[in-house]
Amino acid sequence: MSVAALPLPQPRDGVLRRISDVLVRHPRLLLALLLLPPMLWIGVVYVGSLLALLAQSFFSIDEFTGLIDRRFTLKTYAELLQRSNLDIIVRTVTMAAAVTITCAAIAFPISYYAARYARGRVKALFYIAVTLPLWSSYLVRVYSWKLILAKEGILNWAVGQLHLAWLLDLVLSLPVVGGPSLSISYIGTYLVFCYLWIPYMILPTQAALERVPRSLIEASADLGGGPARTFRSVIFPLALPGIVAGSIFTFSLTLGDYIAPTIVGTSSLFIGQAVYTHQGTAGNIPLAAAFSVVPIAIMGIYLTIAKRMGAFDAL
Amino acid sequence: MAPPRSTRIASGAMVLQSRRDSIEEPGRTFLDATAMTEPSHATAIRFEGVSRRFGEVVAVDNVSFAVGAGEFFSMLGPSGSGKTTCLRLIAGFEQPDSGHIEIFGETVEGVPAYRRAVNTVFQDYALFPHMSVIDNVAYGLMVRGIPAKARRQAAREMLEVVKLSGMENRRPGQLSGGQRQRVALARALVVKPKVLLLDEPLGALDLKLREQMQVELKALQREVGISFVYVTHDQGEALSMSDRVAVFNHGKVVQIAEPVELYERPRTRFVADFVGGANILEPHIASSLGIPPALYALRPEKVSVFADGKQPPGDWLSLKGTVADIQYQGAIRRVHARAGETPITAAVAGGDAGLEAGALVTLAFPPSALHRMEEQ
Repeated sequence: MSVAALPLPQPRDGVLRRISDVLVRHPRLLLALLLLPPMLWIGVVYVGSLLALLAQSFFSIDEFTGLIDRRFTLKTYAELLQRSNLDIIVRTVTMAAAVTITCAAIAFPISYYAARYARGRVKALFYIAVTLPLWSSYLVRVYSWKLILAKEGILNWAVGQLHLAWLLDLVLSLPVVGGPSLSISYIGTYLVFCYLWIPYMILPTQAALERVPRSLIEASADLGGGPARTFRSVIFPLALPGIVAGSIFTFSLTLGDYIAPTIVGTSSLFIGQAVYTHQGTAGNIPLAAAFSVVPIAIMGIYLTIAKRMGAFDAL
Repeated sequence: MAPPRSTRIASGAMVLQSRRDSIEEPGRTFLDATAMTEPSHATAIRFEGVSRRFGEVVAVDNVSFAVGAGEFFSMLGPSGSGKTTCLRLIAGFEQPDSGHIEIFGETVEGVPAYRRAVNTVFQDYALFPHMSVIDNVAYGLMVRGIPAKARRQAAREMLEVVKLSGMENRRPGQLSGGQRQRVALARALVVKPKVLLLDEPLGALDLKLREQMQVELKALQREVGISFVYVTHDQGEALSMSDRVAVFNHGKVVQIAEPVELYERPRTRFVADFVGGANILEPHIASSLGIPPALYALRPEKVSVFADGKQPPGDWLSLKGTVADIQYQGAIRRVHARAGETPITAAVAGGDAGLEAGALVTLAFPPSALHRMEEQ
């Protein structure tokens, strides 16, 4: 019994063929070619502009002429520590922290359901539902919230119909976070941020939970771990890298946003707004740059703490 | 079956105390006093008419059996035969749709896994990837509220038993398959279960390691003296380790017997074929041989092959056949032959290479080699 071997496919000889032969023989060359464009992008465009920004923050502005003095100084950073600027930083970081914690708390059960129980159609529906808000313009969504939260808005009306206007008034009368209406208060800004960024928390958390094998949860129960213990010692630590990844999104997006607090909220500035005014109308590029360094520094500190606490041990 | 939390913690501490005692006594590595005083005739696990459905599929269909205390009990069957579901029903990961399950005389329906005195070695080992080896082993003790120092000490001793000393601070990801398997074993045994459940624990290991672990597992089971319920699809594994074997097929238990009984006297065609690959003689072949028409099992090693022209002993039964193929397997050769429509396999010892595919042969065996089965 003899079987003739099928002839190998014979592509025509040509430049492309020779190039692919060379690349197959030299995998490192292939890797280098594939990585070159993104490395150039990250290295030159991204890191380069970041360094340029950093450099700007060590310049200062001449208060009389309004011209930029291109000599190294820490004067601009000292300016950051002035009361009014420090307030902006504290306000923004507090808001970012509150938004992140809220998003994590709301996202976890949703992600857990999607990862553990949703199958087939329901799962597809979950992905659509989570990403659907991202399909429409960010501005449209923020303006919709302004309408919802306004004194004449639907929320106020609904609360009134439920005879709970007193409760809303009580909330709005709280010091600092309250205000004349939800759309002109920190609570309003906070609600909008939570709404805007929650998909960025749900998706990584869900991905992390998806990778926790069911048998680990069963093993914990098998060894006597009740639901609370299993959550604390197995599910949560393994989901933590996902939650931290999500919190990087929610935290840094809140730190840098300048549109949402302009539309919904008080007239007090957030870091993004401060950067916007300083580099635009005020023409104070060094201070704008110094403000921009703040979120970078905060994220660096945040990730260091997260690593110290073992958030990435399960990676 | 569900003692209040405080007693569980107390018993955990007691177990640790008994471990302490055993350390001081040379020769006794980690015998559990309670397991030893348990009367040997006690029933560890009892299934009565248990069924479990998944949608349309009946995974476990009216299954009844009992596992004795201290018994090595295997559940053997092809994949999808319901053996793993039975194990999960014992562990508490599944609840039966109907029927009754008892563990040491106590009804466990509705009792969650974390309140059952049984522990599982998972097929994929299910080690916690974010914990070190020692924290994995100590997990069950931590859950029971045993102080860190005591539980690490107990875990370290258990790692010694499974020969993993020195690996305490590694992560599961840094271990080989065989080492992971030992960690899983130590983690389950350190909490002193009354019954250890093993779900194809050797499936992922290579042949040599698997054979070594079979011997070690059996020795370990004798040492700790608790019941092992062992799920496998490997009949060799089941036969070599078990006190008794339950053969599963299509969600039903087909036969429960000691290994010798199972091999020598299979009850059905399925058992005869699945355990050791017996030749099956149909009733009409039996009548042609001049014996009562029934279904017979015939083990390959009982069949002798005589080249054309040679005569088998006078009182033997024989069939004429043609050799289809010969498999060399080292110690034996497997001769696959056909007698008319009936495939007959003979396992022939020794180096006789006088046979070739296509040769005409006489396949013969003493009448005592035939085992009459239930028609099925």
